[in-house]
Amino acid sequence: MESVLILGATSGIAQAIARKLAARGVNLILAGRSMEDLNRLAGDLKVRFNCPVTTMLFDAATFETHAAFYESCKAIVGQLDGIILCYGYMGDQRKAQDDGQHAKEVIDINFTSCVSILHIAANDMEQRGKGFICAISSVAGDRGRQSNYVYGSAKGALSIFLQGLRNRLAKSGVSVLTVKPGFVDTRMTFGQKGLFLVAKPEKVATDIIRAIEKKKNVLYTPFFWRWIMLIIKMIPESVFKKLSL
Amino acid sequence: MSIMKQKMSGWGRYPVHESFVARPEKNTELTNLLNNVSIPNWITYGLGRSYGDTPLNENGGTILTTRLNRFLSFDETTGVLECEAGVSFKEILDVFVPRGYFLPVTPGTKFVTVGGAIANDVHGKNHHVDGTFSEHVLDFTLMLASGEIVRCSRSENSQLFWATIGGIGLTGIILAARFKMVPISSSYYNVHYQRARNLEEALKLFSESDDQYRYSVAWIDCMARGGSLGRCVLMRGNNASADQVKARNPLPILHKTKLTIPVDFPSFVLNQLTIKAFNALYYRIHPRDSHKLVGYESFYYPLDAINQWNRMYGKRGFVQYQAVFPPETCREGLKEMLERLSSSNRSSFLAVLKSSGDENEGILSFPKKGYTLALDIPINDDSLFPFLRSLDELVLRHGGRVYLAKDSTLAPEHFREMYPRYKEFQAIKNQVDPNGVFSSSMARRLKIVED
Repeated sequence: MESVLILGATSGIAQAIARKLAARGVNLILAGRSMEDLNRLAGDLKVRFNCPVTTMLFDAATFETHAAFYESCKAIVGQLDGIILCYGYMGDQRKAQDDGQHAKEVIDINFTSCVSILHIAANDMEQRGKGFICAISSVAGDRGRQSNYVYGSAKGALSIFLQGLRNRLAKSGVSVLTVKPGFVDTRMTFGQKGLFLVAKPEKVATDIIRAIEKKKNVLYTPFFWRWIMLIIKMIPESVFKKLSL
Repeated sequence: MSIMKQKMSGWGRYPVHESFVARPEKNTELTNLLNNVSIPNWITYGLGRSYGDTPLNENGGTILTTRLNRFLSFDETTGVLECEAGVSFKEILDVFVPRGYFLPVTPGTKFVTVGGAIANDVHGKNHHVDGTFSEHVLDFTLMLASGEIVRCSRSENSQLFWATIGGIGLTGIILAARFKMVPISSSYYNVHYQRARNLEEALKLFSESDDQYRYSVAWIDCMARGGSLGRCVLMRGNNASADQVKARNPLPILHKTKLTIPVDFPSFVLNQLTIKAFNALYYRIHPRDSHKLVGYESFYYPLDAINQWNRMYGKRGFVQYQAVFPPETCREGLKEMLERLSSSNRSSFLAVLKSSGDENEGILSFPKKGYTLALDIPINDDSLFPFLRSLDELVLRHGGRVYLAKDSTLAPEHFREMYPRYKEFQAIKNQVDPNGVFSSSMARRLKIVED
């Protein structure tokens, strides 16, 4: 792993991943919507690790900019060994129920924009015959629940997309990792009620990097979420639909 | 950004106050919080190592600064580090020890933030030589109640600079600071251990030879009485050079294996007998006079090796009491304090005596020339509080004062006598924060701000 592009680099999990990769001397491109925040993060990594870091503006919602964005990232580091997609948008479930535009926004950020940018990366890596793609999906995509099913369905779609992409790229030696974090102690979850077994972003980042190196397919992190979700998925729909989850 | 209602406490786990807690990650989020009209006022909370109610804000707002923890720049030629206020001393050491730099001043735990170190004007084993942490701070940026960001230094907004140093977070939110790191060629220390049979002998050793050691502290057995009153082990030393260490890597980051106290100990665990036994043992295991090479972790941070050691004091928590006595009265003051302690059968598990250097211009800064004694006292019942009140009076009588970072019980009238410049502080506070956007449980208790 020599050069890696991180999308949504200012998210809590992304920052933790960036710190760990920078510590190993990986050439990083940090991309996101706020140049100010990105530069602050990059400055931090430079002081801590004396490492090369570049910042790039990236707006997931404007699909037509994706190809040019990817090309300019490549131009900076020569070639990209990997891409880690960390951005996501929880949105407001209630609002999404009344406002189709908001629902579309949630779906676009969590799903369709990922299809656009990850296909560009996939085509490039497939041609070269190496590289990795990693995207943060969610355990919320494993089963629809009334409290966040718009977000959940977009993440579920992302997981299926990654599954297909993995199948397509298997023969070209490009690995695709789907990450399904449980509750992680980030800005997104801070102050939310009813959370349990909340993991530190550093722990999740360690798991993700190890899974990328081992070319794993699907990572639940922390690991026990695989079993929690297995149980949740096994509840019969006739029972599940009556639960208030 | 979410705000949640939560019970908060300092390291002594007393008192516990409920407040509205937010954890911003950017400066813009801070401005939004200050503009939030539904929360009456705010105080910042770093790693929660001040002991009492300094960072608490009952029914008000608490801003956690731990995610505002980015390094901003480091100048290799001058050793000046610039970082956000939520960066911890631990993070700084992890990054800079291998590069040959150490913190200019550190308290007895590395789990403090840069912001907390300035707001409490922390000191360490080298106070008699190097002063407090703030004395190495070149400047910092402060977000005022209005959301305006100002730079403060000795020449720019200097009044605000000295009000913020030791100002327990009441002038604004410290965003970032620049301070000078100290070059080291090893992360080890040559430590000289010496037993002193009583207070008299300890003070003699301190005054005779403290100038030979950059770092100096004594662990004192508070349970000893009579002729042994104030017996202690002096631990004084200097940074070792790389050739003295003779290790392949003289600059290791030293992390001790961690022990965690998983639950609150029942209150009987630390009782008179166990504390007495521990203190006697601790005194005995140290040879009368010896030299040893020790890593920075054991030298500065022996207790950091035990996660949540504050749980040893049980559910009711404990208070830490630290007072400084001026040189003229220190002998009498310390003696009286130790006598009170042992005759009332109040035990202190850990007590630390240290000589302190000149005071700085920080308006509410604690250290001043003389000797400082720090005690941990478990809260077994409410009779402790009148006892502490009597200690406050004793300290005042000898011209001393107590450290706000450790306090949870001081009375406002005693505060005013101990910190006679408080009116100056209030004047500056009123100027930069006329609507009282920054307040805390401590500030209201000590009547630094109006209720």
